[in-house]
Amino acid sequence: MAKVDFAIGIGGEAGQGIATPGDILARIFARRGLNLNAYNAYQSIIRGGHTFLTIRVSDGPVRNMGDKIDILIPLNQDTMNRHLKLLKSGACVLFDNEKIKPGDAADGVQVCPLPIKQLTAGNKLAANTVAIAATLQMLGVEFEGLQDALTRIFKRKGDAVVAENVGFARAGYDYAAANFKSFPFKAPNLDKGLAVLTGNQATALGGIAAGVKFYAAYPMSPSTGVLMYMASHARQLGIMVRQVEDEIGVMNMVIGAAHAGCRAMCATSGGGFALMTEAIGMAGMIETPVVCVDVQRAGPATGVPTKTEQGDLWQILGAGQGDYPRIIVAPTDQKDLFKTIPELFNLCDRYQCPGLVLADLLISEGTASVDPADLNFRAEIDRGEIIFPNGNGNSDNPFGGYNDMAYLRYKLTKSGISPRAVPGTPGHIHIAATDEHDEDGTLISDEFTNPAKRRLMVEKRARKMETVVTQIAPPKLVGPENAAVTLVGWGSTEGTIREAVEKLAAEEGIVANQLHIKWIVPFHTDEITRVLSRSKKVIIIENNYSGQFARYLRSETGIAAHGHIRKYDGEPFMPHHIVNSVKEQLAGKTQLSVPTHEIYV
Amino acid sequence: MSTAIETAPAPVVTSAAQLIKDSYKGKIHPDWCPGCGDFSVLTALQTALFELGLKPHQVLVISGIGCSSNLPGFINTYGMHTLHGRSLAVATGAKLANHELKVICTGGDGDGYGIGGNHFVHTMRRNIDLTYIVMDNQIYGLTTGQCSPTSVKGMKTKSTPHGNVENPINPLPMAIVGGATYVARGFSGKQKHLVELLKGAIMHKGFSLVDVFSPCVTYNKDNTYQWFNPRVKILEDQGHDPTDFHKAIDKGYMWGEEIPIGLLWKRTDLPSLEELEPVLDDGGPLAFRQLGITDEQANALIKELL
Ligand SMILES: Cc1ncc(C[n+]2csc(CCOP(=O)(O)OP(=O)(O)O)c2C)c(N)n1
Ligand code: SF4
Repeated sequence: MAKVDFAIGIGGEAGQGIATPGDILARIFARRGLNLNAYNAYQSIIRGGHTFLTIRVSDGPVRNMGDKIDILIPLNQDTMNRHLKLLKSGACVLFDNEKIKPGDAADGVQVCPLPIKQLTAGNKLAANTVAIAATLQMLGVEFEGLQDALTRIFKRKGDAVVAENVGFARAGYDYAAANFKSFPFKAPNLDKGLAVLTGNQATALGGIAAGVKFYAAYPMSPSTGVLMYMASHARQLGIMVRQVEDEIGVMNMVIGAAHAGCRAMCATSGGGFALMTEAIGMAGMIETPVVCVDVQRAGPATGVPTKTEQGDLWQILGAGQGDYPRIIVAPTDQKDLFKTIPELFNLCDRYQCPGLVLADLLISEGTASVDPADLNFRAEIDRGEIIFPNGNGNSDNPFGGYNDMAYLRYKLTKSGISPRAVPGTPGHIHIAATDEHDEDGTLISDEFTNPAKRRLMVEKRARKMETVVTQIAPPKLVGPENAAVTLVGWGSTEGTIREAVEKLAAEEGIVANQLHIKWIVPFHTDEITRVLSRSKKVIIIENNYSGQFARYLRSETGIAAHGHIRKYDGEPFMPHHIVNSVKEQLAGKTQLSVPTHEIYV
Repeated sequence: MSTAIETAPAPVVTSAAQLIKDSYKGKIHPDWCPGCGDFSVLTALQTALFELGLKPHQVLVISGIGCSSNLPGFINTYGMHTLHGRSLAVATGAKLANHELKVICTGGDGDGYGIGGNHFVHTMRRNIDLTYIVMDNQIYGLTTGQCSPTSVKGMKTKSTPHGNVENPINPLPMAIVGGATYVARGFSGKQKHLVELLKGAIMHKGFSLVDVFSPCVTYNKDNTYQWFNPRVKILEDQGHDPTDFHKAIDKGYMWGEEIPIGLLWKRTDLPSLEELEPVLDDGGPLAFRQLGITDEQANALIKELL
């Protein structure tokens, strides 16, 4: 059981400096071995608006931002007004009392006014440094940790800036020691360092672990972080990173690089993905392995660029005209993203098809702590049946001399997989044709249309998918078998649903279990049908309006859920949203709950 | 129309010494209409590759979609037949993945200047070492005769039955100002001349455009061989200096009674994209490098996250 579990909320206008204190706090906690999850609720505005960063910290597992704020640091009046009333007894609020009026706090909320002007000799920009220093003091964190973090962050700006900021921090730290009560909870030091990373970084790192040598993108929130990470590490790691003119170019470029033999990847968000889909179909047709990550944001069209949603499922299922094999996966958290990308690359290489990843803003821009031991850069790399000019490859079909006529790129095989020679290899000349083609790549689309050959080719490609499902882990039912209710979700909601299951048991006495689905295509139809047909009540939870996953589940298994919990306001689920909705549905009040988001908006 | 694929004899490529012109002969005969200008472009490309002594497996020909874009199917080199308008993007990826390949894009005016216009502009400014051959027939062939971006004003096509009211694109000045470092125009009726232009383009380090008047004998009744023959004037015969920027633009704009063909513009003082990419400095083609990273690199990445 976790002994500490608290959340800090820092809010203000965009441009007031919320990211940096967030980063400092996250790293200080992670260095003490504490787990954390951070989520930044923000608006598409460079200055102004309202941003609110929540960092939840615990010595036990933290899978989401949680339900409550224990320490509120409002940097402006607006944040104070929006959030103070949500604080419960035991919480506290730290603020610049020369600038911000507190209003009425609930009983038991510690109000900690900080005379920022006095503490910083008039430097108002230092308000956040003072506030986090006071917070850390009240959490029992030694000053040295903060001093280290500030030194690291301001090093580039010179010693004077470092010294000044350390001074502000010291003032805040000492002021808190003299004037405020410590929190009832402390931030322990567990003596092991954890890494902190966003999902976008995890995606990039997963690609790096998989041996990606070519990354292309066109900036689009919330996927841009992948491009920025890749670009800043490209040189040191020998990766070709390109910012392309548009997403159509991105996908086509990635396919060109993959066809020539590289592991190649791209990431985008819904609108960019829409532009890529013709090319994704081509990757299916010419059987070129590529990986594309769709970081979903609230749509349609450009929708809400800074808000999350699970609304692209049907778009990704329908991506690319025609009927062709592809693999679709929805990783569940940052660590899972990191691990899944190399696994997906292996599948794509083995089955020579596109691999699509459904992430979303919650997971990709959200930050989590990860044990560095879980960041394994030595994951197995399997390139499938591939023929390289230097003979490096994995194929039973080694090139033997110059005999282009004998090489059939799209050979009809039992497995559906045909050994793939990369351009430049002597003796294996062929054309990769996006029109339907013969075994050797000759077009059979226009003049030479041939129904028999077309059928064989469609079947050859389709055969590949018959075995993919045996290569991926089926979803596991978590919790007691004969629970009163089974909560089904997919992708990034896993951790929040898990916590809801625990809360239902602990706080409401409701026995629930969880079936979370990560692999979307291929789908573990038999396994899922077996589990769900034994469930007493099935409730599907998803971050969209129309229940895209519920429809998909029904189409694949024939199972219609008993209830639905859906959220489409742009903000992610919090555990209590699910707990309350499940209670409501078990009481027979409704079959569709749409929880209201109380804060951040 | 034939119903079966006519298969040509196996290409004979056993070693560089035995490289013969037939080495580039594709497995099937082109399905273009008899008299289509694209035959001449295909032959010119095969001849150029042969004369340059390139081995077929060292060459990757990438096309979009259209009659002209079927070319990779008719030549014995590595080939990709991609999507309408996207050949340059695919080619950029392939070239950066394996910069030792000779990558040649082929396509039509609709493919390259219409749907692919965005990639055309951006690929030129990157000056990547690609050769782009556009078989410019001023019409859409494969979709049976609609207006194209190079159809002249007033031209009646199936989609402009009352005459085209839009201005045509002029790809040559566009390429010259767009950053292409080798800009030429050929004509299917002058195959020998075209071979030389293509050889120059293939050997040029940087982005080369060879726009070739390649008449569509089926759908374009205006810009025919008979129409071009008296008008095309070979720049090399006129002593044109391809390093003169303003003259190159002027020649590119000429249209009507005299239409210049030949090498309009060339500069060799700019490095190509691959030469500017430090990642390609050593270690050979990216595609053939060891995958994954070293333990030191992994540790450094993790350290940044701590
Ligand atoms: C996205 C897309 N839109 C439209 C088409 C239909 N299409 C095929 S070829 C073509 C035009 C070809 O014209 P051009 O590039 O000039 O080549 P030509 O056939 O004249 O050689 C079109 C519009 C397509 N294949 N894909
Ligand atoms: S339609 Fe025109 S462009 Fe197409 S093959 Fe026939 S002549 Fe050539």
